[in-house]
Amino acid sequence: MGGAVGQVRQPTALRAFAVLFSAGFRRYATYRRATLAGAFTNTVFGYVRAAVLTTAITGATVGAAVSATATGGGSSAGSGTVAGYTAGQAVTYAWISQGLIASVMLFAWNELALRVRTGDIAVDLARPVDLQWSWLAGDLGRATYLLLPRGGPPVLVGALTTGLLLPHTAWPYLLGGLSTVLAVVVSFAGRFLVNLAAFWLTEVRGLVGAYAGIGAIFGGLLIPLSWFPDWLRVIAWSTPFPAMLQVPVDVLTARVDGATAVRLVVVQLLWATTMLAAGRVMLRLATRKLVVQGG
Amino acid sequence: MGDAHAYRVIMASRLRSQLAYPTSFAFDVVNQLVYGLIEFIELYAVFHNVDSLAGLGWSQALLVMALSRLAFQTGDLFVGHLDQMPAYLRQGTLETFLIRPLPVLAQVITSDISLRRVSRIVLFGGFTALALARLELTWTPAAVVLLLAALLGGSLITAAMFITAGTAQFWLIEGGEAANAFTYGGAYVAQFPAGVLPVGVRVFYTAVLPVTFIGYLPTVTLLGLADPLVPSWFGWLTLPVGLTFLTLSLAAWQFGVRHYQGGGG
Repeated sequence: MGGAVGQVRQPTALRAFAVLFSAGFRRYATYRRATLAGAFTNTVFGYVRAAVLTTAITGATVGAAVSATATGGGSSAGSGTVAGYTAGQAVTYAWISQGLIASVMLFAWNELALRVRTGDIAVDLARPVDLQWSWLAGDLGRATYLLLPRGGPPVLVGALTTGLLLPHTAWPYLLGGLSTVLAVVVSFAGRFLVNLAAFWLTEVRGLVGAYAGIGAIFGGLLIPLSWFPDWLRVIAWSTPFPAMLQVPVDVLTARVDGATAVRLVVVQLLWATTMLAAGRVMLRLATRKLVVQGG
Repeated sequence: MGDAHAYRVIMASRLRSQLAYPTSFAFDVVNQLVYGLIEFIELYAVFHNVDSLAGLGWSQALLVMALSRLAFQTGDLFVGHLDQMPAYLRQGTLETFLIRPLPVLAQVITSDISLRRVSRIVLFGGFTALALARLELTWTPAAVVLLLAALLGGSLITAAMFITAGTAQFWLIEGGEAANAFTYGGAYVAQFPAGVLPVGVRVFYTAVLPVTFIGYLPTVTLLGLADPLVPSWFGWLTLPVGLTFLTLSLAAWQFGVRHYQGGGG
């Protein structure tokens, strides 16, 4: 069969990707109330974070930021700026990052590790579609579904309560959209790597949890990275985590623009390819070790 | 009592099982410490840029954070796994508890006391000590009593939050994760000076979900700080508030268990 297989492989992989993408999308679409509950929690955390940042910057509570934002939060000069953020920009950051968090999945994720532990991974490996490719497709489907129902409510509440400072041109949204997709891919590549540790460890709950915790602080979820002291900021930016959240938020809100924004997206692309490649190497090592019991 | 013996046996077996896999346990401890450290870093990053947050300086705000987290983690150690109630209800675990001749809540509590959570208690104990050392306050008997009452009361408030949220699951079943917004969201609010909140929101987090009593109000009383909205003795109320909230939550739990129709097993 030789050559013929090589020719049909490409369209098959793409079709499999489309099917698995849509399966990931529909799978999450069935948990309506859980999605709503998650959006509510994201909104509460977004509000508290917006309140803390506003008070730190203006000395006033977040209620007062509404007027500050309305009357010209755009001007960044003067005493109303902390680490490059006006109150209006800081609340925007808090809401947009809460809006992206579910899609980007900066939480503990151990689905793949559970399949390794139960041995179901053997079934996955026996399938004609590449393991990493199929999980990536499903994860992008998941992220696409969650973007609106999980991201919409916090952003909407933010717009209504504190106001948002969003760019008025199309370019930040276009580049930001690409940056968000890449953020999901980098995040997936990282979670894939951590989950593969299940081939060597019996229980990865602690590892997966610690990874998510480090991601939350270095990804810029808890506080924008520019607020860090220099030494900590250097450490944070040398990890892939900023590429999962800080970068897409900065690009979407036009905190960075022009060549800087493009450069950040290219760095995301580099992280994505490097980490996906590392995942493939690790998967090869893991499968060499895999012993399937029974049969 | 035979009951006490039963709990001891259950607890001992649960604790032993957690140490059966030392590597996994070590990772769990690291995980707990990471989460403790990132909360410290979050606050530290704020104070790296500003000198005060809602009128409190670094050491004062650190005390609010450390005290609230210490109380929260202590409460969480005993009842934190009530956030698994949706799973207990879906999988019928609760039915197993219901047919045993011991109170359901006591069984749920003893079913999953996590040793790994102790590491975070130790960490926040350290942060509390650090904040207190930096503040150089004069140790009077009243200060010691206030601090201990705040820790106990704060743990009770936390326990009451988890029990109330767990009770709500009897009716919510699916979508019960919304309770996280009140338990973990409440704990998050508790770790900041209450002055960051607009008045209306602050009233909610004081009178309805009384989380400002966990860290902030005792700190105001202990350090003699001025807050325009509350009298300085309010910090003494943490323990009574905790006891009241816990009593109410236990009554609600009893009502929930009595009206529970089963998961259809």
